[in-house]
Amino acid sequence: MSDLAWYACYLTTGKHLSFYASFGTVLLLLAITAPVALGFGFAGAMAARSHVFPLNWIGKAYIAIVRGVPDIAFFLFFVIALDQGFEWLRHQVKCPDWDQPIRQGSDFVVCDAAKLPLNASAQWIHETYGFLLAVLTFAIVFGAFAANVLYGAMRAVPRAQIETAEAYGMTHRQSFWRILVPQMWVYALPGLSNLWMVLIKATPLLFLLGVEDIVYWARELGGTKNPRFTDYPHGDWRMWYFLVLLVFYLVFTKVSEVVLDRVMARLTHGQATSGGEMQRKAA
Amino acid sequence: MKTILLGTAALALSASFAFAASHAMTVRLGTEGAYPPFNFLNDAGEVAGFEREVGDELCKRAELTCEWVTNEWDSIIPNLVSGNYDAIIAGMSITDEREEVIDFTQNYTQPDPSSFLGRAGMDLDPANAVIAAQTGTIQAAHVAEMGATLLEFSNPEETIGAVRAGEADAVLADKSFLTSYAQEDPELDFVAEDILLGGGIGMGFRESDGELREKFDAAIQSMKDDGSLNALIEKWEVGATF
Repeated sequence: MSDLAWYACYLTTGKHLSFYASFGTVLLLLAITAPVALGFGFAGAMAARSHVFPLNWIGKAYIAIVRGVPDIAFFLFFVIALDQGFEWLRHQVKCPDWDQPIRQGSDFVVCDAAKLPLNASAQWIHETYGFLLAVLTFAIVFGAFAANVLYGAMRAVPRAQIETAEAYGMTHRQSFWRILVPQMWVYALPGLSNLWMVLIKATPLLFLLGVEDIVYWARELGGTKNPRFTDYPHGDWRMWYFLVLLVFYLVFTKVSEVVLDRVMARLTHGQATSGGEMQRKAA
Repeated sequence: MKTILLGTAALALSASFAFAASHAMTVRLGTEGAYPPFNFLNDAGEVAGFEREVGDELCKRAELTCEWVTNEWDSIIPNLVSGNYDAIIAGMSITDEREEVIDFTQNYTQPDPSSFLGRAGMDLDPANAVIAAQTGTIQAAHVAEMGATLLEFSNPEETIGAVRAGEADAVLADKSFLTSYAQEDPELDFVAEDILLGGGIGMGFRESDGELREKFDAAIQSMKDDGSLNALIEKWEVGATF
């Protein structure tokens, strides 16, 4: 019984509550990042397909460059650069009469009013800002992959469908939105569902951005705890904490698979694909 | 969804303006939070330890509002120079190499001996062994210099794990950090003679931030003068007193 009481207290320490909350952080990140990344991907694919000269180059360059740069390099350097870029812009607007250089050796110095967030802001604002930077970075990285998937899917829609649309007198824009886009999802979904699975497991990269995610807390909580520094000393329990993460990720990917299968079944309905053909015969 | 994102960003921005008026000068202190007894997270998830108490006292004496931030050791200097916090107070020894990038205050601990922790009763020849150390520490640099095989890990706990798993023969780290492990775990003990590295621990600042550094330097001096620093050093057992 005293064991039970010990665990009841141990599992409800402030640290553990932060651990439980970090599951929410990860889910929130996924819930925001996935649609934003899809938006980036859609815009990228549309730009790459465009017949307007600089636009198609921008789309193709975005896809090629971001896909080519290793994630970890992107997360370490791009985010610091992005943050400094924002601060530089604010600095130009807010402190026009600043006379010192912004780069002093290795230091990046902007005026106090240009800091983002401000130094005096509460810690949660710093954390929210870090979280939003993380969302933006994830969206840019995964958006490039999504753009490539969607670009391929748009080309996979049978040419005859577009020709028919043109024969009915639809404009370029109409045939794109009414014929091409509704039909391409069935070709895009397998690639997008792969991306989703990779995104789920990429969240530990969050800690590089100072956002404390589930892997950070599992490592921190599981590490050896000495009686000098805690009321709940224990040995190296990292294995048990990581086991919890394993179960979480497995359950989460399983649920994703079930949902994605249903979406796939819906999208396949009435399509000129082998899946659509099978559905037609079964009915 | 994009509007939600923009909405939250706008909210965060306007909130940060509102806060600017109410505080005069806030200093953000960056630490690792994984290196007891210097700094660690207590059961409530807050930064605690020797440096927490020293830092809070220094801020009081310098009349500054301080905010504690944790950051991975690997990127603790890059995040300081790019302005994500204003000072490093993370058990960082003063070395010439680091002096090139950041500026230190005077030391607030004596140079702490570094020790080799390995399996109890083993006979260690440090020059021909596999030694674990944390990346970017003076101990890692020392192991590489003396010709032993260096195994680097990104956080302190993992260096101990490597010794337990038999991956490394011993770990080289600050004695104050290793002592609690040597006392608690009967399988682990100090296995070779201690060595003296570094010039004691100091707070790190951006090179362009001389004024702030001087404030903290003066506060450290006043804590040394009235003996309150020595009392904390004894309380947390982080080496010799001044």
